Amino acid sequence: MKHLDVSAIKDGSVIDHIESKSTLKVADILNIQNEEQVVLVGMNLTSKFLGKKGIIKIGGKIIDQKEVNKIALIAPNASVNIIKDYEVIKKFKVAVPDIIEGIVKCFNPNCISNYYNTQSKLHVVNKNPIKLQCHYCERIMNAKDLVI
Amino acid sequence: MVSFKQRDIISIRHFNKEELLYILDLAKKMEQLDNTDMLKGMVLGSLFFEPSTRTRLSFESAMKRLGGMVIGFAEPGVTSTAKGESLSDSVRIIEGYCDIIILRHYLEGSAQLAADVVNIPVINAGDGANQHPTQTFLDLYTIQKTKGTLEGLTIGFLGDLKYGRTVHSLAYALAYFGAEMHFVSPNSLRMPEDCIDELKDRKVKCHENESLAGISKKLDVLYCTRIQKERFADPVEFEKVRGTYRLSKSVLEEIGIKNDLKILHPLPRVDEMDESLDTTDFAVYFNQARNGVPVRKAILASVLGKE
Ligand SMILES: Nc1ncnc2c1ncn2[C@@H]1O[C@H](COP(=O)(O)OP(=O)(O)OP(=O)(O)O)[C@@H](O)[C@H]1O
Ligand SMILES: [Mg+2]
Ligand SMILES: [Zn+2]
Repeated sequence: MKHLDVSAIKDGSVIDHIESKSTLKVADILNIQNEEQVVLVGMNLTSKFLGKKGIIKIGGKIIDQKEVNKIALIAPNASVNIIKDYEVIKKFKVAVPDIIEGIVKCFNPNCISNYYNTQSKLHVVNKNPIKLQCHYCERIMNAKDLVI
Repeated sequence: MVSFKQRDIISIRHFNKEELLYILDLAKKMEQLDNTDMLKGMVLGSLFFEPSTRTRLSFESAMKRLGGMVIGFAEPGVTSTAKGESLSDSVRIIEGYCDIIILRHYLEGSAQLAADVVNIPVINAGDGANQHPTQTFLDLYTIQKTKGTLEGLTIGFLGDLKYGRTVHSLAYALAYFGAEMHFVSPNSLRMPEDCIDELKDRKVKCHENESLAGISKKLDVLYCTRIQKERFADPVEFEKVRGTYRLSKSVLEEIGIKNDLKILHPLPRVDEMDESLDTTDFAVYFNQARNGVPVRKAILASVLGKE
């Protein structure tokens, strides 16, 4: 059997190819602290493709495309592997969704979404390079404006 | 077919050319129409979290001239917002008291938020520096009425183009009509890059300039805005700039203009337009203010009307 840097799980999901520095942020967005089964987090693992990568393995959970797309802005290269009986049975890549809710704050300090606990909502007007438009104040944000 | 029935009026970006023309047409009819009871029994909730006279009074007048009633407040001091209530809670509660909400609020995106949480239509009467779509409708109406058309005009925008939301929205709307645009402002108050990019993407011929002289003879319409002292960190800078953006009869004679130039201004003015202009045929800003009523009647009737 192939050697794994982070141990194997029997059933669950593996999020691979995360930019190493974003790993904990990804863990946060995916809310893994509320998982009940084994969760393994690896950082600074060698990757041919990214140099250093992060990986998150969540036991007992089958993550779906919609949920994982929430991480697209900070881990655009991430891929997801669904594991059953120690085998990869499905593999897919994250994709930038059309609407991003609650992940990135609007950068406009006068925007209503920064008040009254309003959840941010941004329309993706361009995927590459990334360009987001606030649902509320209509301001356009580019990659350099994103604070995640 | 164009329909505004039960629709929110939040941003000029949500309207296409056909829809803009539909409202302008209806406004023309409204101007000829006497008071009616078209909206009898209907209640307008007029929520002004920030002061306004023209917008608020022309909406309230429009509603009453259509036979409807008005409730609301002109400043937030008297509301539960002053006690810390969130905007969404406020509008959810007020929704139960009226058939349509007109909202002015200092935070950008507030009208969109209100529209998302209530089931009745919401009209944005100004959300911070963002949008004020009914002002744009009435600016378009004024241009169409005084120039006879909206197609193919050369328009100058003068003054504070950075913070002037009316300029951004009007430029956006005029892009549907093949306008050529000259943006004349002090360097520190230039049109935001985003707006210029968006216009260029839509194939508008845009020019930027620091002075009217040189381009004034090309203009069919000149849209002036107020330069606010608060925008300047340095009062000396303000004084320098202010003088060069002040229009008067003699300035216009000096720089040269078309005989049928029309000058608009969203008002209030301070001293950027000299009173010597008021009685000339160039000045249409008082008509513009007056057009607020038929345009807002058209909007209320098309959103709330039965047909
Ligand atoms: N049973 C398992 N438990 C935990 N992680 C696993 C398990 N099986 C595979 N993985 C991890 O899932 C990822 C994908 O596995 P796979 O065997 O498809 O590797 P790969 O060929 O390198 O795939 P890719 O091209 O996506 O990098 C790897 O990071 C691997 O470590
Ligand atoms: Mg691999
Ligand atoms: Zn915003």
